[in-house]
Amino acid sequence: MKITMAHGAGGEAMQRLIKNVILKHLSFNPKISVEVALEDLDDSAVVEDIVFTTDAHTVKPLFFPGGDIGVLSVSGTVNDLAVMGAEPLALSSSFVIAEGFPLEDFEKILESMRQTCERAGVPIVTGDTKVVERNALDGMIVTTAGVGRRSESLDRNIAVVRKHREFEGRWLKDSNVQDGDVIIVSGSVGDHGVAILSFREGYGFESEVCSDVKPLNKMIERALQEGGIVAMKDPTRGGLANALNEFAAKSGVGIEIFEDRIPIKEAVRAACEMLGIDALEIGNEGKIVLAVVRECADAILQALRETEEGRDAEIIGYASKGVRGVVMRTSVGGRKIVEPPLGDPVPRIC
Amino acid sequence: MLFRFRDSGVAKKIVERLKEMNLDIRVMHVCGTHQDTLVRFGLDELFSSVGVEVRQGPGCPVCVTTPFEIAQATTLARCGKTVVTFGDMAPVPSVGGSLLDARAEGCDVRIVYSVEEAVKVAKREPQRDVVFFAVGFETTAPTTAAALLSETPPNFYVLSAHRLIPPAMEALLRLGELRIDGFINPGHVSTIIGTTPYERISAKYRVPQVVAGFEPLDMMMGIYMLARQIKEGRCEVENEYSRVVRADGNVKAQNMMREVFSVVDTKWRGLPEIPESGLSLRRSFEEHDASKAFEDELKELLERKAEFKEPTGCRCGEILRGLIYPEECPLFAKRCTPESPVGPCMVSREGSCNIFYKYRRK
Amino acid sequence: MCLAIPAKVLEVHGDRAKVDFGGVKRDVNVTLVDVAVGQYVIVHAGFAIEVIDEEEALETLKLWEEILQLEAEPIQDDS
Repeated sequence: MKITMAHGAGGEAMQRLIKNVILKHLSFNPKISVEVALEDLDDSAVVEDIVFTTDAHTVKPLFFPGGDIGVLSVSGTVNDLAVMGAEPLALSSSFVIAEGFPLEDFEKILESMRQTCERAGVPIVTGDTKVVERNALDGMIVTTAGVGRRSESLDRNIAVVRKHREFEGRWLKDSNVQDGDVIIVSGSVGDHGVAILSFREGYGFESEVCSDVKPLNKMIERALQEGGIVAMKDPTRGGLANALNEFAAKSGVGIEIFEDRIPIKEAVRAACEMLGIDALEIGNEGKIVLAVVRECADAILQALRETEEGRDAEIIGYASKGVRGVVMRTSVGGRKIVEPPLGDPVPRIC
Repeated sequence: MLFRFRDSGVAKKIVERLKEMNLDIRVMHVCGTHQDTLVRFGLDELFSSVGVEVRQGPGCPVCVTTPFEIAQATTLARCGKTVVTFGDMAPVPSVGGSLLDARAEGCDVRIVYSVEEAVKVAKREPQRDVVFFAVGFETTAPTTAAALLSETPPNFYVLSAHRLIPPAMEALLRLGELRIDGFINPGHVSTIIGTTPYERISAKYRVPQVVAGFEPLDMMMGIYMLARQIKEGRCEVENEYSRVVRADGNVKAQNMMREVFSVVDTKWRGLPEIPESGLSLRRSFEEHDASKAFEDELKELLERKAEFKEPTGCRCGEILRGLIYPEECPLFAKRCTPESPVGPCMVSREGSCNIFYKYRRK
Repeated sequence: MCLAIPAKVLEVHGDRAKVDFGGVKRDVNVTLVDVAVGQYVIVHAGFAIEVIDEEEALETLKLWEEILQLEAEPIQDDS
């Protein structure tokens, strides 16, 4: 059997590859204390109280409306650390560049990385650079890794949670969601996906939709100070559909969301209707989805909306043991099962 | 304007009206996009709560294109042709895998939103033989025809798998017993062919029909108009989608289709062969006809055609005619699953068996 | 059968037109229709396949209101 594009698209095919192939070979129990391990398949791992994650960035095109691979590679790793309740400390970045890649493009990307590091307050402290033959790679790949430590406000956040319901564990793992928790999304969905799709050869179009790519650690810190958050995720590959299904599967609870509450920009909706694609299945690079204790939902929503990155935050639904998987109440009152996407969304004619 | 057709206030009223009619009817639509509207807005549950069961008939490229035609496309890809396809067909499995599997082996398979993008590839890369896998019905066939009627480069070929809807509806009605009380007709096929071609079917088979659009309210209103016909014993062709569909359709598009394609008998997945239900390129476009231009590359496949018969026990034909439910088919959830689908009802991600499989498991 | 959605015609040049799907613009083929700037078309797979009759669209909305209003009292169900 061969690796296909679907295996890398953040949906069911990728989950099967990870569970049945990768984990089978790589998992073993180490001597050191691993609180959030490989098997948890969470946004980051926690080893000896160090939060640790890595991500490779293969976005095409390298420069797109609203950002580039530089902003994307720094933001992605900063966000993967922050959604665990960690304060991101430092990043590494490894470049693999194709022979013949223009130097001024490389400099533009480095400049974006610096600005994003500054905005997040997280430096790149180590790295590596490799060059491969011209035809071995189209352009450039950036792999970033990052370490973080427990954010001061995480303990206070968990203390607030425990005032309303029990909460085991010390980190915001995907498996913490319980019946009655409220689901919040920090802004409009599908912006990044549409910004990239508009360039895809074979189905391009013009739109003023820009990628939402940005670091979110400051916004998350603000929400943690409010207190009451039990789980967080950045809905990148596979979009909101994948992120919510991971919450539901890992926590063993259903999730019901309401189509009318989900913020979607008009142009994103129009692009998805034209191509026959579901806005819940395409990537976001500057959004998080949170599960919070019901009693704190309004306060957290307010806190998010006070930040620039979270001004369009909305409550979109709640966890419920009366439902299995992720179910959406549609705008005309029906109910639809929201599945994790199979692979990358492609335009359909029917 | 587009989104005024989704106001949930009107939706509630239609549901109330339907409830007052205390219905117990089963209607069929023959369109993947109607199935998408049904599933995406959760209308199937809404309708069954008011006594209306909506069945999906053979009407989306994914579920009616035969495994043999998919194998033709993957074979040409493996012979080094550049195969260009709509996204719908790329993941559909067949003997020898899907087009995406072929791409993973290094074949040149590309996904496009329009046949024009395929022509652009052929113009941009004259050294490649570019084969456009032309699926779809009377809505899509005119776009392939328009592409061929404007000057296309000699290295642009069409592998035609276009099909026609009215003959499929008649084939279902002729197959024998049919527990379907009425049809919801596909709005965009009807945009091209108009409402007239359906008149003969209502007259001959005494079955009511409503041409409906694809916003949730279009479909709800279509079901309401169909329920009224059934209650009043009428068998007419009504047009809910009058803002787009005219009685004689788009004559310009029909002429272009007729100029490029001739009608042929063809096989539909899960159904016996349906007379005059397929389109193939006319002789005057032979030099662009992939099945002729690459006859020897496809010859060996033709000899193995028996391999492409549906496994015995496939009862899609009966499911499509509303005679049985998915679990009554011996292959359901055993030989026939979403990962390895057999008939049309399981192949498409929104097909009735695919959905039944998911709801049953959830 | 076929995904097709409305778009407003911004410019027409021979058998091509620039249309707006509501914040998304694209160049589409209009050989299958006769269309003028400002009209709405239904676009499928990069081709305009029909011009939307705007009065008919308003008619449809009005018709729905009438049907749902007029039949407020339940129809006599003889079956």
